[in-house]
Amino acid sequence: MYLGRVMGTVVAETKVEGLGGQKLLVVQPLDDQRAPVGGIEVAVDTVRAGPGDLVFLVGSREASLALEESFVPVDAAIVGIVDDVNVSQRAKAASALPAAPDKLRSAR
Amino acid sequence: MILAKVLGSVVSTAKHPSYAGLKLLAVQPIDERGAPLGSSLLAVDRITSAGEGDTVILLKEGTGVRQLFGLPKEAKLPIQVCIAGVVDQVSVDANAFEDAKGAR
Repeated sequence: MYLGRVMGTVVAETKVEGLGGQKLLVVQPLDDQRAPVGGIEVAVDTVRAGPGDLVFLVGSREASLALEESFVPVDAAIVGIVDDVNVSQRAKAASALPAAPDKLRSAR
Repeated sequence: MILAKVLGSVVSTAKHPSYAGLKLLAVQPIDERGAPLGSSLLAVDRITSAGEGDTVILLKEGTGVRQLFGLPKEAKLPIQVCIAGVVDQVSVDANAFEDAKGAR
């Protein structure tokens, strides 16, 4: 799952049968600092999100499981509107993993 | 599964019913030394109570997540990433990579 910003809507008159009646939005995936990650995506909406909303999405096969109908051919679904992301700079700073005791580390 | 560090929580009120009551966390994938790998992502936490700063094991496959939730694999659970454990310690032999090369 990942964060994203809704950029706009997509209208497609001709589409595969399974996509009928689904609302499609253009989304820019974001990281925890709300910085863009990769290019834009087209995602199906399940929570009535609109342009400008900060949302979270689920990708791959699980996107299809967010919809009421089965086997809808989608690979990104908006599953929540985000109110707040509580990530401090302290948490973001890289720190070493919990180290193993010396005797474990040198056991060869 | 991958190792990741918990960065903090994500608050969402309007969400898919499958996410009701589940904790949503921002996590940063890391390597064996704790250095960041790629960009951060979101994960749900139902079984551990991992918090900010914790190193965790991340399950990134939906069928595995459904199993972890005690659901049949065909259940309609739109969750792909779940925390599967809190890491106490990671021991990596500094020479393991070189040894593997030598054995070939």
